[in-house]
Amino acid sequence: MSDMSDMNETNIYLPHLMRIAAITDEAPGVRTFRLEFVDPAAADAFSFHTGQFGLYSAFGEGESTFCIASSPTRKGFIECTFREVGRVTAGLADKEVGDILGFRGPYGNTFPIEDWKGRNLLFITGGIALPPLRSVICNCLDLREQFGDITIVYGARTVNDLVYKAELQAWQERPDVNLVLTVDPGGEAPGWTGKVGFVPPVVEQLAPSPDNTIALVCGPPIMIKLTMPILAKLGFAPSSIFTTLENRMKCGLGKCGRCNTGKSYVCKDGPVYTLEQLGRLPAEY
Amino acid sequence: MDVNEKAKQLLEAGTVQAVAGFQTGTRGVRRPVFIRRAEDTGRLVFDPGCRHNLAQYATRTPVKRLGRLALTLRPSGIRALLQLMAERQIQEPDVLALAVDPDGQVTELATAEAMEAHLALTADPVPADDQALLDRLDRMTRAERWGFWQNELSRCIKCYACRSSCPMCYCGQCTMDCNRPQWVPPPSHGLGNLEYHMVRAMHLAGRCVRCGDCGRACPVGIPIHLLTFHTEAAVQAQFGQRAGASAKLDYALSTFRPDDQETFIR
Amino acid sequence: MANLYQLSSTSLDALFAALLDDGRRILAPTDRDGHSELNPVQTPADVARDCLQTTLSAKGAVFPKVEQLLGYSLAPGQVQLADPERRAEPTVLFGIRPCEAAGFQALDAVFNWGTRDAFFNARMASLAVIGMSCTRSDEACFCTSVGGGPGATRGSDILLTPTAGGYLAEVLSDRGRAIQALAPELFSPAPADADQAVLLAQVPVAFDQPALTAQLPALFDSPLWEEQALRCVGCGACAFVCPTCVCFDIQEEGDKQGGRRLRTWDACGFSQFTLHASGHNPRPTQAARWRQRVYHKFSIYPDRYGQLGCVGCGKCTRACPVDMNLREHLLQASQAQAQAQAQAQR
Repeated sequence: MSDMSDMNETNIYLPHLMRIAAITDEAPGVRTFRLEFVDPAAADAFSFHTGQFGLYSAFGEGESTFCIASSPTRKGFIECTFREVGRVTAGLADKEVGDILGFRGPYGNTFPIEDWKGRNLLFITGGIALPPLRSVICNCLDLREQFGDITIVYGARTVNDLVYKAELQAWQERPDVNLVLTVDPGGEAPGWTGKVGFVPPVVEQLAPSPDNTIALVCGPPIMIKLTMPILAKLGFAPSSIFTTLENRMKCGLGKCGRCNTGKSYVCKDGPVYTLEQLGRLPAEY
Repeated sequence: MDVNEKAKQLLEAGTVQAVAGFQTGTRGVRRPVFIRRAEDTGRLVFDPGCRHNLAQYATRTPVKRLGRLALTLRPSGIRALLQLMAERQIQEPDVLALAVDPDGQVTELATAEAMEAHLALTADPVPADDQALLDRLDRMTRAERWGFWQNELSRCIKCYACRSSCPMCYCGQCTMDCNRPQWVPPPSHGLGNLEYHMVRAMHLAGRCVRCGDCGRACPVGIPIHLLTFHTEAAVQAQFGQRAGASAKLDYALSTFRPDDQETFIR
Repeated sequence: MANLYQLSSTSLDALFAALLDDGRRILAPTDRDGHSELNPVQTPADVARDCLQTTLSAKGAVFPKVEQLLGYSLAPGQVQLADPERRAEPTVLFGIRPCEAAGFQALDAVFNWGTRDAFFNARMASLAVIGMSCTRSDEACFCTSVGGGPGATRGSDILLTPTAGGYLAEVLSDRGRAIQALAPELFSPAPADADQAVLLAQVPVAFDQPALTAQLPALFDSPLWEEQALRCVGCGACAFVCPTCVCFDIQEEGDKQGGRRLRTWDACGFSQFTLHASGHNPRPTQAARWRQRVYHKFSIYPDRYGQLGCVGCGKCTRACPVDMNLREHLLQASQAQAQAQAQAQR
């Protein structure tokens, strides 16, 4: 029992105050905030690892859970990307540069990129699932020499729905990154030079080799469901396929019980899981 | 024929696929049971301890999936079935009402017409202790009554046992669950409790079939059924309509009739 | 036993007076229209005479149904956060049952897992428990099936057992000794032949819990859960009265000038507990939610926290509008695997 209770223990539910430094409209209903700590001491003390998430407050509406979409290698700010879909995200979408939000984090486990030195990295993602992987991609690109081939397969419903259009341009132009973009049939726009097709068949066509490769898959449930068998067929082992889960969260600290799935708490044991670990959880996520 | 024999007959003949009734549970309390096999019908009981309004299960997916449902019902349960038909939540062929008289004998009521006719012949007064409390509330001044409910509702923990037990609270997404806008604060502080119960009483005005399940379900003993009994009585007095009297009711609070007594509308 | 004393019934008055003089409030079961709840009392006369258990549990003393986590005031381009004062009124819980007292350890496991919850800890630090052993039980009780018992001491600082003329008193902890020190003359050494065990209720073990916990992973897809959950109406009564249930919601209330963030009780039985903003619900059926209740308490807690998430008090069974008897359901579950095997062999 906690006999050493201190009457003045820190309030773990108190967020950092963050100022919105920049807003990018990524796609219809989707925006990115660049946030800076209001308190410089908090900024200095802050660090995180790729894969972690936070709870972002729109004061007056509540908190919402998003991954930290920026790379840990970039100091002084964090970024989050969200789609307006409910009460809190609608409150966030109303904000302007200079407004103050709250941030609690970093929470959760991380992508173990230190274990991937010398490996090839294959990112497969779609729509608004790119944000969590964008943190990893940017992190790895900042440490480019540590990794082998980097391949990114990213698709969205339409050209307009692709997020991080500026980054996509930059990745396209890099000779040391193989970026494969695709849109759903009917989603192409005039001048589109990327592929047309759903992400799973594009991956099948690409036929990436599993040798010495880590795959990171993040996307809507249907995309994951159809992509995993393809990777299995190609010879990827479940322990070398990583994904990141989203579950309804409130506290982010393993206390409120909401994100509990099987024996796992997505906010503590996740959100990063290998396919092998996912296989041990009931399909309740 | 008693409930056991009737249930056995119905299941053996395939007239229904499940019988919603009562069995004896912990410490002798009666609780709902869903019998699907003729050999299990011996478990059924029906006595004054069987109070739940089983009609609330007629709109629940896991129970509907069992097939055509027979239900052992008190008059309030039959009223609930009729009200649910009036509100287009269930259809006549899906349910078979089994009215049980004080001698334990069962009358099958397969149609809304039969149910309405049966109710017309069945006295079903408000239980004496409920009536005594209603009378006491009626004698109070407004301030006293406000104080009474403030005191009772302060103990509410927002467990929603009342809502979950009510046959008329079948909404897939309740007003309380809506957060855009947040009509009622979810926390069980004074305002959150009061607003929830007031909204629910209004949503049930003219629809409450006076089964009292909400009050019995409340784990902390708030006589919450009296609120909805009262609004239902108010609608009866002002609109001449009783919930559950017919499968063809138009909801009093949303129906305009040229002969409505209010003058402001003329 | 060195720490076994006796107290006369009349000396309880003096004990209560000593506690109140020491600046503590006393919460004890009081009667109200057939329901017993924990309320502030001044004298033993206020305490419910014949209460098997209160309807709500003692967790409300350390995990209230509404708690403010923070406040904030708003101005253009500015937010001022307010960290609420930790509420820590010195409190003695008097007369709660051994099962409920055992629940605090399960609450502590969650509130202090990884990060420490200051609100819970402040209240726990100000709390002392004078428990009351059980001389009777009912069909809902199953403390002995989950490692507890009618005279179990876990979680109590002093445990009283009713006996002729008064109580046996076991002084169990520093906090218990501090209470004793307020009025040491009230505690006389118990007679050498004092036998607490014969005074206690008989609560036969109802099911093999370790076996059940071991079997649960294999029972996940069993049709048993749908069958048991058929009558469940999906309210939160079981979770809210439970001494160990701790799931909570965080809600925001405010306007353009400012507001507050509140923690409130929540329940995995509610249909929107796991509902995503997208509309996807990982546990879309009551059967899945009922199963989660059982698994959380009997499979996940042992795995995560090394203890069960259930103390066998039976409050859930008594509070449930449709008599979802947890002991009965667990017994059925513990027999399910054997039954399925027997079925397969026929």
